[in-house]
Amino acid sequence: MRGDARSMTLLRPRSVEEALRLYAKHPGAVPLAGGTDFMVAWNAGEANGCTILDLSRLAPWKRITETKTGVRIGALVTHREIQLHPGIRKRLPLLVQACATIGGRQIQARGTLAGNLANASPAGDTFAPLAVYEARVRLRSAGASRALPLLSVFTGVKKTALAADELIESIEIDFPRRPARQCFRKVGTRAASAISKTVAAGLLWFSSDGRVREIRFALGSMAPTVRRLASVESLLAGQKPTSRLVEQAVELLESDVSPIDDLRSTRAYRLEVSRNLLRAFLSTSR
Amino acid sequence: MIELTVNRKKRRYRGPAFKRLLDVLREDFELTGTKEGCGEGECGACTVILDGEPVNSCLIPVAQAEGSRVLTVESLGASSRLSPLQQSFLDRGAAQCGICTPGMLMTAVAHLRRGGAADPEAVRDALAGNLCRCTGYQHIVAAVVDAAKRERKRRSRAR
Repeated sequence: MRGDARSMTLLRPRSVEEALRLYAKHPGAVPLAGGTDFMVAWNAGEANGCTILDLSRLAPWKRITETKTGVRIGALVTHREIQLHPGIRKRLPLLVQACATIGGRQIQARGTLAGNLANASPAGDTFAPLAVYEARVRLRSAGASRALPLLSVFTGVKKTALAADELIESIEIDFPRRPARQCFRKVGTRAASAISKTVAAGLLWFSSDGRVREIRFALGSMAPTVRRLASVESLLAGQKPTSRLVEQAVELLESDVSPIDDLRSTRAYRLEVSRNLLRAFLSTSR
Repeated sequence: MIELTVNRKKRRYRGPAFKRLLDVLREDFELTGTKEGCGEGECGACTVILDGEPVNSCLIPVAQAEGSRVLTVESLGASSRLSPLQQSFLDRGAAQCGICTPGMLMTAVAHLRRGGAADPEAVRDALAGNLCRCTGYQHIVAAVVDAAKRERKRRSRAR
């Protein structure tokens, strides 16, 4: 079975207000941004008969707004546009690196950060950087607006905290102070067309006496949703990262995640690779 | 009715607005140069240039292309007068079965028009979303590198 265009009902709002009104009236409609996920299912005949809320004409949501302290990325901004934005390249390089690993150029040119979030795949490549940057996700409905911390957006595999009439309006990120160390790593079979086995992002700041002032480390594909390594982070905070402490942190990693065996990898492999990534990040000599 | 510009000509489409851009190009506009490979956005055979960016036309409902500028492989050379990139493909033997070729060409054209780098690494990165099942990658990369070098020379002469 293939996608049948005649079976689809297409709503095409011209303004944000119209989109929110239409969505309140048709809560079962599928919001469509770049379509790089939905259209795959539709082509396979798995989504015929849907009502689609096409967001592509909402010009205000296509903007990236930069201030001195941070950036607001509109819901329709693509992975490609994020990679090309000078302010994001300079201050949020882990997000740029993550966007560069999502599919090939063609997918990056259409797929959006907000669409990625709304899909809530456990393997979303941008989520680990967004988690260490402590991004906020702004949600809009016809009557209200609220912001959620990134980690509260995901409630399970492909599940989000969005209400039936809420759309993602933007992703807000404060620029962090310059970290002493940062890393993004995606481990998968083939960069452009493979979904990750594990994704890691880390930020690290030292105090003047060489102790860890703050560390943020997040893993994707290692639990139903992206995880910050809370126990690892608190073990290291305020300490000198001696090789003994690093090994303790690496041992502790398992308590912060719950990886599974699936068609892409095994629990054991994912744990081993994640431990190696954490160890390498903590041990890199400056 | 949906209006869009295809290969620099205004075109009008009447039909279901959720029809894929790929199918509108092939069936309604009779531009059959664009091929369907996987239909999943993995292989890049259906690549066209939409407002300057290479995209998979199998993943775009035509409604989302309203008012846009689309370039397909038919916008390159004709068989009597090939584009420089097409000539490079021919010179380097960069096509076997040919199904991936229109998509490869359009992704490469987008890279070249952006002034993309001519080194093989950058070309491979630009072409990462295009698969070739005859595994002719070496020849394809060589062809694009040749064309990119020529394009860079042309640009520096023009300056």
